[in-house]
Amino acid sequence: MLKTEFKNNILTAYIDGEIDHDTAAKIRSRIDGAAQSLKPGLLCLDFSGVSFMDSSGIGLVMGRYRQMKMLGGALRVINIPESMYKIFAMSGIESLGVLR
Amino acid sequence: MNIINEMSLSFPSKSLNESFARSVAAAFVMNLDPTINELSDIKTAVSEAVTNCIVHGYRRSKGTVYIKGKITDNNKVIIKIRDKGCGIEDVKKAMEPLFTTAPEEERAGLGFAVMQSFCDKVKVKSEPGKGTTVTLEKTISQTDNDR
Repeated sequence: MLKTEFKNNILTAYIDGEIDHDTAAKIRSRIDGAAQSLKPGLLCLDFSGVSFMDSSGIGLVMGRYRQMKMLGGALRVINIPESMYKIFAMSGIESLGVLR
Repeated sequence: MNIINEMSLSFPSKSLNESFARSVAAAFVMNLDPTINELSDIKTAVSEAVTNCIVHGYRRSKGTVYIKGKITDNNKVIIKIRDKGCGIEDVKKAMEPLFTTAPEEERAGLGFAVMQSFCDKVKVKSEPGKGTTVTLEKTISQTDNDR
């Protein structure tokens, strides 16, 4: 479901599988646990392994954005699969400037 | 408008059933030969509706989620998702994008907005103390293009 890597002050979380209300809670606590202990300058969420997401995925990104702000770091979301463009676009989350 | 196929399903309001419910919905519409995008739209909308039943309707208490599906001969899919939970006081307000009563769970408040943008029609019937029924309608394209 999740693999993390910490290198050069960047914490990358490779999310794998489906993001819904059920899995988001588990993914969130794993990422936050790592971010709180490592205090990275940048948290990178890699979506290349995500096969499905509903609005829980948007909540997950917004929550990590706030979390990183609190920890004094930044957030970036990379490799969003094309099938998820629609939900990201309608969420208005692009205005946070974290999507790549 | 003739009914070609029907299904009904009920399951306990456990969050692990969110993926079960959207997989059943996807399997149900499969013989209409939907595009990948149409299939993803239906899965996402059903996932939002079922999550609402679990997170809001039953608010972590136990209950049953009921789904009824219908396919009519004009390639229309109608899926009803119902709970017998707390109901919604103000449906109009609940449907406003970014409105949520569960911010601590990081709910984005986009459930109804997603259903509306991913389906052709969304109907919500709710009575406080009795429960909520959401009806999703989507017509699956019949062309063989972009498949």
